[in-house]
Amino acid sequence: MKTLAILADFGTPGALLHAAEKVRTAGYRAFDCHSPFAIHGMDAAMGLGRSPIGYIVGGMALLGASIGYGLQTWVTTTAYPIIISGKPLYSWQAYIIVTFALFVLFGALGGVIGMLRLNRLPRLHHPLFYSERFGRVTDNAFMVSIEAGDPLFDETGTRDFLSSIGGTNIELVKGD
Amino acid sequence: MSAIIKQHSASPDAAALVADQPLVTGGLDFGGITEKVSGIVERKTPKAWWLAFSLAASVLLMLVGSIGWLVYEGVGIWGLNNPVGWGWDIVNFVFWVGIGHAGTLISAILFLMRQRWRTAINRFAEAMTIVAVICALMFPAIHVGRIWVLHWFFPVPNQMSMWPNFRSPLLWDFFAVGTYFTVSTIFWYVGLIPDLATLRDRAKTRARQIVFGILSLGWRGGNRQWRHYELVYLMLAGLATPLVLSVHSIVSTDFATSLIPGWHTTIFPPYFVAGAIFSGFGMVMTLALIARKIFKLEDIITIGHLEKMNKVMLVTGSMVGYAYISEFFMAWYSGNIYEAFTFVNRAFGNYAWAYWIMFLCNVVTPQLFWFKKIRTSIPVMFVISIFVNIGMWFERFVIIVTSLARDFLPSSWGYYAPSKWDIMIFIGSFGLFFTLFLLFLRFLPMISMTEIKGVMPEADPHAHGHDGHAAEAAGGEA
Repeated sequence: MKTLAILADFGTPGALLHAAEKVRTAGYRAFDCHSPFAIHGMDAAMGLGRSPIGYIVGGMALLGASIGYGLQTWVTTTAYPIIISGKPLYSWQAYIIVTFALFVLFGALGGVIGMLRLNRLPRLHHPLFYSERFGRVTDNAFMVSIEAGDPLFDETGTRDFLSSIGGTNIELVKGD
Repeated sequence: MSAIIKQHSASPDAAALVADQPLVTGGLDFGGITEKVSGIVERKTPKAWWLAFSLAASVLLMLVGSIGWLVYEGVGIWGLNNPVGWGWDIVNFVFWVGIGHAGTLISAILFLMRQRWRTAINRFAEAMTIVAVICALMFPAIHVGRIWVLHWFFPVPNQMSMWPNFRSPLLWDFFAVGTYFTVSTIFWYVGLIPDLATLRDRAKTRARQIVFGILSLGWRGGNRQWRHYELVYLMLAGLATPLVLSVHSIVSTDFATSLIPGWHTTIFPPYFVAGAIFSGFGMVMTLALIARKIFKLEDIITIGHLEKMNKVMLVTGSMVGYAYISEFFMAWYSGNIYEAFTFVNRAFGNYAWAYWIMFLCNVVTPQLFWFKKIRTSIPVMFVISIFVNIGMWFERFVIIVTSLARDFLPSSWGYYAPSKWDIMIFIGSFGLFFTLFLLFLRFLPMISMTEIKGVMPEADPHAHGHDGHAAEAAGGEA
């Protein structure tokens, strides 16, 4: 059994926000703030930039639209050129709807897959799950976790630090 | 600290909302919300659920049997004739797709507009959307007759070297509704992930731990996850908003691009979208009132929520009424005798009974919501929501059947009546709808715990204050 991380409780969203600022200022990098819902202002407090997910969604959406438009153009002018109700073979007005549908479809699928990739999910096991109490972050607890891999991590030092910034129920998470 | 206080007072909308009408009543805290919502899926199955489920599943069985006979015998078992080639199948398709729209409106459009009251109803409105779209997709699938060549809809290379006709609105429909179903499903699932993690962490049995453990994908609620999650949720809402407005517009082009009087009009896309949202809110209201009563959710789905939904119905119902009247005006103003005849025939011809049922249910009844007493009376709104459901089904019936039944030449006129198979498949689709919806109510959290917690006053990181000042400021504002 080795120590994998340390967990501390901070009773409210406000306390967690301030703890995040202090943990970051102290120089820790491999830490996270767990809460039952997203807390407004936490990205800034933790020193995280804007998520790149918008570019993924935008890029995938444009790819979907190009595939849709290109497929319809190719099918109606080259692969299966048939004149229907006197319309020209290349009738772009009619292509817009399928192009739009694929724009949305690719954007949405790309966004969700991108979100999962960025979050390294699905990952069914994680060291924090060794903690019995960690499950409460999906209910009503607000916790800071610092991973043992962080260069500043030190069992007693980090414990004292978390306690000094107001953390309670501090727990060393141990596992294999 | 004063900067934070200023910022807080500078955005009075949230504070005012909380101050004059709490979104959650009954003194529930974060833990209370978890307990209340998760408890529903963890307790022993209530007898009422079994009763409802057996009824719904029996009706579903009737649907399965009827479809089996339909596939074996062909669409000739329906009441379709010449000239009425589209009957209840397409009426039901448009009816069910329309119902789905309210779920996406609540989950996406109200989200973008920062309407925080949506959190109480969005989860099950989204589930309703998905189930309604499943019912809707079934109808075009079975009405093609040769269901075993359904894959011809897909643009895939085949041995005949044939490709679908991309200039046809029927193919647009396939793409629009297919995308709508996929995007609604992933939007709903993404919203579910944190709540599934809550169920995982509360699981008492090994089986529940494994199932919810897998479904929640290992969610840890860390802000490093939340930041991507929140942004993708916003993006999905942004994509779903034009999508939902486009889906029923595209469904309306099935009609509007044809030459049939009564169908060939440019008003159809906005008129269909307003009607879809109107009918969807009717269905959400019916289901919400029942679920709220059975599962005792009065503290989460408050009378304030219901009143807001009634206001949406009043607005969209008025739009629908306006569309009915302007259709009549345009029929006269266009000077086209076929168009004028079609509308006079709708109101005073063979199908006048259907027209007036539609008109009473959709135009007259929602106007009652101008009165606050009626907007806040649960029995009255329940009855009105049922009327809206009936009225919107009849709207599609009136549009489709009355227009087809009177062809250009009187020698081709006809009258359509459904066969017993039409009726059984229609009723059966409610069996499918309620079976799936009841399974959702039983096994998944019907209210988004995460989002509800996020809109509670104590979720604001500045609500309690870190040194007391902010708390005073909040108190002063209230």
